[in-house]
Amino acid sequence: MIEAVIFYFFGAVLLGAAIGVIASRNPVHSAMFLVLSFFTSAFIWLLLEAEFLAIVLVLVYVGAVMVLFLFVVMMLDVAPDRLQGGFTAYAPQALVIVALVVAMLGVVLWAQPGQLSMLEAPPRAPPDASNTEALGAVLYTEYVYAFELAAVLLLVAIVAAIVLTMRKRPGLKAQDVPAQLAVRREERVRLVRMKPERDE
Amino acid sequence: MIGLSHYLTLSGILFTLGIAGIFINRRNLILLLMCVELMLLAVNFNFIILSRFLDDIAGQVFVFFILTVAAAEAAIGLAILVVLFRSRPSVQVDELDSMKG
Repeated sequence: MIEAVIFYFFGAVLLGAAIGVIASRNPVHSAMFLVLSFFTSAFIWLLLEAEFLAIVLVLVYVGAVMVLFLFVVMMLDVAPDRLQGGFTAYAPQALVIVALVVAMLGVVLWAQPGQLSMLEAPPRAPPDASNTEALGAVLYTEYVYAFELAAVLLLVAIVAAIVLTMRKRPGLKAQDVPAQLAVRREERVRLVRMKPERDE
Repeated sequence: MIGLSHYLTLSGILFTLGIAGIFINRRNLILLLMCVELMLLAVNFNFIILSRFLDDIAGQVFVFFILTVAAAEAAIGLAILVVLFRSRPSVQVDELDSMKG
């Protein structure tokens, strides 16, 4: 009973937020609605006993990716009024595509009644079961090469993002470390021989 | 009681909204990226739902890797967007026609 209440409440908020993402005029509002949809998804993932991934979704997506999105949206300063008119212009094609996809999913999900509902959910895990531990137990043994590859992928993404956005600006004051290290004594110090002055 | 088809319907609607968003917001590159994120979220939903109902943790491992790849994709996509905006003051898709494709 409580499961149904949680599911329907957060599912409704999730779908409303998704509609907000695709329909709002202002990209900042879209990003905020996307944050809301990630939060509500995390709640439903908790319901599905994926506790670790729910936390990761909030930490990584809301904490990092959406902040990056908001940063770029605000930095690029796209005027909202230039985006108007797109909604009605492409709505017929969108409706056709959406109707096709809904029909496909409907055939898969609902056309054969009984086949999907035969798959009953297994009983709930005991309260002291650790989802993180179970995930780590397979992640570091069975999927360890994939895990290492993911690390390499993240490194590549870091390097690529920095290389893409780095630029040489003229007149920038920066340290030239090789030149600093290659400097010699003769270039900096000049010894001047002078007569000692008499202190009277 | 909430069964498998309820969850799958929710993720199906989410995926469809992502597709509709791509068609509606065809002109703004940032919103296109957000709609792709929405579709990826629906895919992750499916993996987690079936991981629960088949009682197999491999689905959650897949979601873990999809989240990694999606984070990398968002970072690089936004970096490309910033570079693009630096060379021309617009991220409108229909103005990106210099290649005459």
